[in-house]
Amino acid sequence: MKSKLFDYIDRDNVIYNLSGLTKLICFIAMTFAVMFSYDIRFILCVMALSAVIFAASGLEFRQVRLMAVYVVIFLAINFVLTFLFSPTYGTEIYGTTHEIFRFSKRYVVTQEQLLYQITKVAKYASVVPLGMIFLLTTNPSEFAASINRIGCSYKAAYALSLTLRYFPDTIRDYQDISLAQQSRGLDMSKKEKLGVRIKNMMNICVPLIFSTLDRIEVISNAMDLRGFGKKKKRTWYVAKKLKKQDWLAMILALAVFAASLCMTWFVNQSRFYNPFV
Amino acid sequence: MKKLFDFKTKTIVATGLGAALFMVLFMYVKIPTGIPETDIQTAYGVGGFFAALFGPIAGALIAFIGHALSDSIQYGSAWWSWVVASGVSCFIAGLVYPKLQVEDGIFGKTDVIRYNVVQVIGNIIAWVLVAPILDVVVYAEPVNLVFTQGIVAAISNSVSMGVIGSILLVLYSKTRSKKGSLTKEV
Repeated sequence: MKSKLFDYIDRDNVIYNLSGLTKLICFIAMTFAVMFSYDIRFILCVMALSAVIFAASGLEFRQVRLMAVYVVIFLAINFVLTFLFSPTYGTEIYGTTHEIFRFSKRYVVTQEQLLYQITKVAKYASVVPLGMIFLLTTNPSEFAASINRIGCSYKAAYALSLTLRYFPDTIRDYQDISLAQQSRGLDMSKKEKLGVRIKNMMNICVPLIFSTLDRIEVISNAMDLRGFGKKKKRTWYVAKKLKKQDWLAMILALAVFAASLCMTWFVNQSRFYNPFV
Repeated sequence: MKKLFDFKTKTIVATGLGAALFMVLFMYVKIPTGIPETDIQTAYGVGGFFAALFGPIAGALIAFIGHALSDSIQYGSAWWSWVVASGVSCFIAGLVYPKLQVEDGIFGKTDVIRYNVVQVIGNIIAWVLVAPILDVVVYAEPVNLVFTQGIVAAISNSVSMGVIGSILLVLYSKTRSKKGSLTKEV
């Protein structure tokens, strides 16, 4: 189990030195740009750009290997399910049929369907590195500060920072309780029947949840005693001032977003790039 | 009197720690149903429990933050339409909050029914309406695929929220002392 949340290690390079606010805005702008567009040319450009950023951030593949495996499994399942449920969705979107070969009457492989599904895979694949970079290069404490600075209420931002702070603690508690119960003979392995396993799972979850409720009481009393939430605004100790490179990064990200909208409205006249007409 | 949209310090802390709990359960504690990719998520039981205890805003934020972060950690980026749907389902489940008095040790049969009716409605709205519609609008996913996924999710999440949430609420109400439970000896 991973008990350290994002495995954040402080480094000194271009990406790490950007403020959390900049990284959040860039992440949102570029994610939305890719989410909006179904133009494979544009998506491949963003993919190349995110690969460059990933290289610049100095992250190692070892750090994200597990995530990459999950993503590949997820994309493979989605790819197969999409074809099983809607083998002609591409034809519906692009309005033409270029048959390649057919498995049966219903399952016909067309160029349109292939383009649609490959575009979809590329979309997710190009966003994932951005998410990884954002999570792994942003100091968790700065994360909440930047969310507050883009206009979210500081109380909600504080809740988020509490989550980041207590996630490792909760995992540790979970492991402690689970091991304690197992040493008392609670079987969590596949050998036990499903019904018994669910009951055993509850025997671990209930103490975990009730100890969390106790902790909520303690923390909220401590915060009330220190006068939390009395004022409309608050400052953040870890918030960084915006520098020149922050503005540059934000302009670049917004340009990518604007490019996505331009492609949609002026070049393709729809969200889809249609090479078949 | 409890207000529906209270946001006290306690609500904030409950949101933060509840989301952490939600994440842990979401990532590690799933009940396999036998069908792949449709494990019952115990996290929604806890989400419903916290929503009933601390109100709709806490519920929505717990599910939203918890789901978004655990998705991000596991997959590198969140599937936003489902994250929003998670938030909606716990928001609606939390609408029952002003009617309940669990922290005063009261959680009777009518309360169980009330909680479950609201949570089932919430899950249906979230997973059969919000999630598939957002999937189609935002991600242009095929319609029949997302509605099938949505219906499966609605069933498994309402089972989790209903069974685990109700058990937790009953257990919690038993640990609280009832109002006016002390009598003066004559």
